[in-house]
Amino acid sequence: MKPAILALEDGKVFKGYSFGATGEASGEVIFNTGMTGYEEVITDPSYEGQIVTMTYPLIGNYGITLEDAESRKPFLEGFVVKERSRIVSNWRAKTSLEDYLKKNNIIGIEGVDTRALTRHIRLEGAMKAVLSTEDLDEKSLTKKAKASLGLVGRDLVKDVTVNQSYTWKVGLGPHKVVVLDCGVKRNILRCLANRGCDVKVVPASTGFEEIMEMKPDGVMLSNGPGDPSAVPYVVKTVKELIGKVPIFGICLGHQMLGLALGGKTYKLKFGHHGINQPVKDLKTGKIAITVQNHGFCVDIDSLSKEDVEITHINLNDNTLEGLRHRKLPVFSVQFHPEAAAGPHDANYLFGEFMELMNAKKNRH
Amino acid sequence: MPKRTDIKKILIIGSGPIIISQACEFDYSGTQACKALKEEGFEVVLVNSNPATIMTDPEIADATYIEPITPETLEKIIKKEKPDALLPTLGGQTGLNVAIKAVEKGILAKHNVKMIGADYDAIKKAEDRQYFKRAMEKIGLDLPKSGLAHNMQEARNVLKKIGLPIIIRPSFTLGGTGGGIAETEEDFEKIANLGLKSSMTSEILVEESIVGWKEYELEVMRDRKDNVVIVCSIENFDPMGIHTGDSITVAPIQTLTDREYQIMRNAAIAIIREIGVETGGSNIQFAVNPKNGRMVVIEMNPRVSRSSALASKATGFPIAKFAAKLAVGYTLDEIRNDITKETPASFEPTIDYCVVKIPRFTFEKFPEAKDVLGISMKSVGETMAIGRTFKEALQKGLRGLEIGHTGLDNKQDYTSIANDKLMLRLKEPNASRIFYVKYALQSGMNVEEISRITGIDPWFVHNIREIVEFENEIVSIGAQKPEDLSRALLQKAKQFGFSDRQIADLTGSDELSVRRTRKEKGVVATFKLVDTCAAEFEAYTPYYYSTYETEDETRPSKKKKIMILGGGPNRIGQGIEFDYCCCHASFALKGLGYETIMVNSNPETVSTDYDTSDKLYFEPLTFEDVMNIVDREKPDGVIVQFGGQTPLNLARELEDAGVPIIGTTVHSIDVAEDRDKFAKLLKKLDIPHPPNGSATSEKEAKGIASRIGYPVLVRPSYVLGGRAMRIVYDDDSLEGFMEEARDVSSKRPVLIDKFLEDAFEVDVDAVSDGDMTVIGGIMEHIEEAGVHSGDSACVLPPHTLKKDVIDKIRKYTHALSKGLKVKGLINIQYAVKNHTVFVLEVNPRASRTVPFVSKAIGIPLAKIAAGVMAGKTLEELKFTKEIIPRHVSVKESVLPFSRFSGVDILLGPEMKSTGEVMGIDYSFDMAFYKSQISANQALPQSGTVFISVRNKDKKNIISVAKKLRDMGFKIIATEGTAKVLSSDNIEAETAGKISEGDEEILGLIKKNRLHLIINTPTGSESRSDMKSLRSLAVMHSIPCITTIQGARAAVNGIATIKKGDFEVKPIQEYIKSITNEKPDTANRGEKHA
Repeated sequence: MKPAILALEDGKVFKGYSFGATGEASGEVIFNTGMTGYEEVITDPSYEGQIVTMTYPLIGNYGITLEDAESRKPFLEGFVVKERSRIVSNWRAKTSLEDYLKKNNIIGIEGVDTRALTRHIRLEGAMKAVLSTEDLDEKSLTKKAKASLGLVGRDLVKDVTVNQSYTWKVGLGPHKVVVLDCGVKRNILRCLANRGCDVKVVPASTGFEEIMEMKPDGVMLSNGPGDPSAVPYVVKTVKELIGKVPIFGICLGHQMLGLALGGKTYKLKFGHHGINQPVKDLKTGKIAITVQNHGFCVDIDSLSKEDVEITHINLNDNTLEGLRHRKLPVFSVQFHPEAAAGPHDANYLFGEFMELMNAKKNRH
Repeated sequence: MPKRTDIKKILIIGSGPIIISQACEFDYSGTQACKALKEEGFEVVLVNSNPATIMTDPEIADATYIEPITPETLEKIIKKEKPDALLPTLGGQTGLNVAIKAVEKGILAKHNVKMIGADYDAIKKAEDRQYFKRAMEKIGLDLPKSGLAHNMQEARNVLKKIGLPIIIRPSFTLGGTGGGIAETEEDFEKIANLGLKSSMTSEILVEESIVGWKEYELEVMRDRKDNVVIVCSIENFDPMGIHTGDSITVAPIQTLTDREYQIMRNAAIAIIREIGVETGGSNIQFAVNPKNGRMVVIEMNPRVSRSSALASKATGFPIAKFAAKLAVGYTLDEIRNDITKETPASFEPTIDYCVVKIPRFTFEKFPEAKDVLGISMKSVGETMAIGRTFKEALQKGLRGLEIGHTGLDNKQDYTSIANDKLMLRLKEPNASRIFYVKYALQSGMNVEEISRITGIDPWFVHNIREIVEFENEIVSIGAQKPEDLSRALLQKAKQFGFSDRQIADLTGSDELSVRRTRKEKGVVATFKLVDTCAAEFEAYTPYYYSTYETEDETRPSKKKKIMILGGGPNRIGQGIEFDYCCCHASFALKGLGYETIMVNSNPETVSTDYDTSDKLYFEPLTFEDVMNIVDREKPDGVIVQFGGQTPLNLARELEDAGVPIIGTTVHSIDVAEDRDKFAKLLKKLDIPHPPNGSATSEKEAKGIASRIGYPVLVRPSYVLGGRAMRIVYDDDSLEGFMEEARDVSSKRPVLIDKFLEDAFEVDVDAVSDGDMTVIGGIMEHIEEAGVHSGDSACVLPPHTLKKDVIDKIRKYTHALSKGLKVKGLINIQYAVKNHTVFVLEVNPRASRTVPFVSKAIGIPLAKIAAGVMAGKTLEELKFTKEIIPRHVSVKESVLPFSRFSGVDILLGPEMKSTGEVMGIDYSFDMAFYKSQISANQALPQSGTVFISVRNKDKKNIISVAKKLRDMGFKIIATEGTAKVLSSDNIEAETAGKISEGDEEILGLIKKNRLHLIINTPTGSESRSDMKSLRSLAVMHSIPCITTIQGARAAVNGIATIKKGDFEVKPIQEYIKSITNEKPDTANRGEKHA
């Protein structure tokens, strides 16, 4: 087995063995607490710029199905696990985790005390790191980690968004939805299509006029990687869209909507990355077990309570999880109602988006 | 939603005695629930017949009824206590069944008691197959396809729809006879035909076979606002076809993608909603076809279960406690997660380790039963292990099972197993199949082939292959000693879960050398937390497991601390009673200001509740694993007295390693166990004991037998529960025994005692502080000597013993405690024959009867003993006099025979019972009668009794038969017995001998026309003659009494109940009346001279 090293910018080093691609990669190291769904994690564009540690120690058991992929390819920088399965056991598996990472040039490291790493991140915060199978000099790696770019202020959206618009599915239903792709997960598109929407995906840089020319019944602001304040061009578009067309924002989309509504965002210590986060819908009082993947958050106090209603709250740390404009057809959530991976509890929000579009249409 | 204010007083039903499929997990959940409800200010009333439970401790509920769990008793309690609500979901199937009956009899409506948690309709919907099927169809979930058939044509039509293989289940037969799985059309014709014939209604259920599919379980919780969370997911290592209680199970699910898991999760949520479990936990089982992923629903338990106890321990999420809080109106978000303190309970635990549960079987106790596993549960206990890999958890679990394996070891040389045997052991599910999987891999079979034959998922088989490959790697290095292994290799071995002993076996070394070497190389255990959240939040509850990683999370304190070693998995002979003692030790020592550290591997228990001790280490009870904790925690004292034989077996090694064992010394334990040393002590103290000797060879054994004379009682030393103990009448049987016994315990000799025929036995539990000994209780056995004390019924205080005998017993007890310098508990078994008192056995440790005695006298003996071990005197602990209560307490044992068809039910020196019940009242007869109801042997008040007794008992049976006749019973007897009865003018119908082909009596049992059987067996020939009768009686739940003393007690009990129904009274009232009694100076404890 070939050694590999994960070195953190604060000097902490984790040793393990290489799997997947070889080489060197840098990124912000974070942890994900889902016990299932590593394929979806690996292919979630929101992980662009990040090295992901799975807290569940046994990864790769059911291989890679390809059909569960959340985008065209893996976007994360590196993958950290305790034990990678040498066998694939599932009737839908098409390939192994090892081969998949290799093929997509993603560096993996196994044999790591991932719990120690997780605790370190929890206590010290998510931080820059380098994962290498080539340079095994700890000091050199720590230096590289310090010098690496990190997430704050960096536009990662441009690296993951599509180059050209495309139609995901011509729907039979009444609504045409334009998805502003900041790194959209396929399941958002599937959820819209399942409700009969005509789904068109456009690059993140698509401007207000261009979108309106498509005559959408609604605009979906997708999830995506990194710092929302680093993509002012999207925020500008969102600002212009507000009030003109029903908008539903998810994750990064929610953050950009928050910014567009005059709020502020800040970086969480280590973010929320998992599939067991309890969120309360303040309207119904009901709790959904939600899927989350974000390192930044909209500051709940920065929003004008006159315009904006807080709709969802995270029960673990009381952070903002959802908002709605009091007058305009605009709402968003920080978590992922499309799940994949994770529970489907919050899927009802797509229904609310449909209603919003219905209402708008009926008024016209 | 805040808590309900319309309820003030809640009745909780416990699960009764420990039986197969219903063990101490319900004590764990019941105790949690009672505590949670009391904490919320509710008044809690509890009924449970099992005295060995923490939940029946007087301080747990407000009123605790140790009474039979029947609808009738329930009504009596309800009349007296007037509770507002009944919580039926915490007492296992027993609790549900009694609650259902109480509703059907109109008891709850009449007394205006609401059901909370799950109501009648929900329970019915979940429990009744037809209702359940309809409910699942309604929500669009798949079930195994099936159809009913009343003739072969209909059967063939169903077959056409479903296809082979197919299961045929005849309706209305007893014990599932006449059914089977058909793999071919020919089989189908045969089995279906037979099935139609054996069904009383000529009806068969023809059902799609899902044997071999993957089996899964989800633990689901729901609150009043319809919030639902999945607490834990479980994947069975063993496929469908093996009861989940008998399967090795793994948490979380290993081989489902998220997409598949979410479909299952959605289904589970839909099911709990459709069934209508309003609040609380449910267990839902699914099967998945490994070929195409088709998922079907198997069943749902609308209550806390064995799996929910496991899920609680596996995740740190206390299901029962939260279920109780949800039942009284709270919602999940209003309950705080105990472990993280800051986050709410409305989340789904995520774990960062792998949990493996392994069942523990006791087939060696029932040699006539095959160790084949199927849909009826056979295991008596389980162990759980936590590791960072499946391999580590599996191997830890196997060594924690205490069945002589040091992990997935090489006890048998695979090359010596014939191929056909290997194939059979792989194909037919059995208790040791996992080892055969390993042997098959070693002999070159590949993963796919093994998976195909066993139905075990390739992922699991592959992990076992990695263990095999790693062993090969070590062997290929040619390491002659552990020092030859590199640090990396040793670390990997430990990460794969290898024990030091396994490594020693692979390197031709010994455990201590391996331990020393790896410590020198820096390969040491690290401890990690079970925290519900995979380290996402700070955890405040010190619940640890060991693994071999880079970071250790323990925070040893500077406080004085005492470590308590638990009893490991339940087995016959060592169960809940010992866990009870361990818990009490922890409670007492906490009260005295010590930090307590619990070590145990049994997920069913109260001791492994993270609330019980200051720290919990969920670890196997082996020298290695205990030493790892000792190295880390450096306790001031370690208690080995309370966990049964398991920790006692470690005492010598631990002491040699410098561990401070407190209480009675290891030396004294040795003296009590060593025949020669013990004989010397008895001689010195002038206490008689049956002549005996110990032998290491057959020749020696025969010599001893001829010296002391037959019959003799033989057994291997250092075993619990009379394992392999037997009464031997001649040289031939002795030879046979010696043959077998060598296998049981090779290092230790065989013990041979003169068997005292016709003596009766007395058990004594006492506590000593080194200066003073106080008797806890003197228990007179009801069955004669020769029946294992764990299987015998007993009564406290003694009801026939004369004063001179009791005085002698007291005197000897004091002398023995002093002689052995006991500090803590001591249990002594005496035999009394013609006013001579013999000592049979002394155990300077907690005994099985400690909880029973504690409940009977209202003094927590184990707590007192723990105090003594920590240096307090009995005087300081205010326990200085023997208490002789006015009320009578009877302990009756509960036997598992109905699980092992064809096994004879006779009692003997080898213990077979799984649990016990307690009957309390003011007369022996009534207390005994109650105990029989609780033990599921409810005595009839009228009807037909069949009597067949051996010659010796013929004289004594007359008075019994007379009473039965006078009470209006019809008597049927075998020829010899009938003759004796008629000579005394007792009319009895004569029944023919079964051995001569007359099966009339068996017919009566089958038709439920027999209500009581009294059958005392003579030597071996009558044993086999009546065996079929007794087995049949058990299958038909007809009380069958096999001793004359038992018959006498039963008849007197019936006579008493016929005079007037019994009353119920909470244990707290009995105890209060004891405290109000004037101290009797005659019973004062004795200071050692």
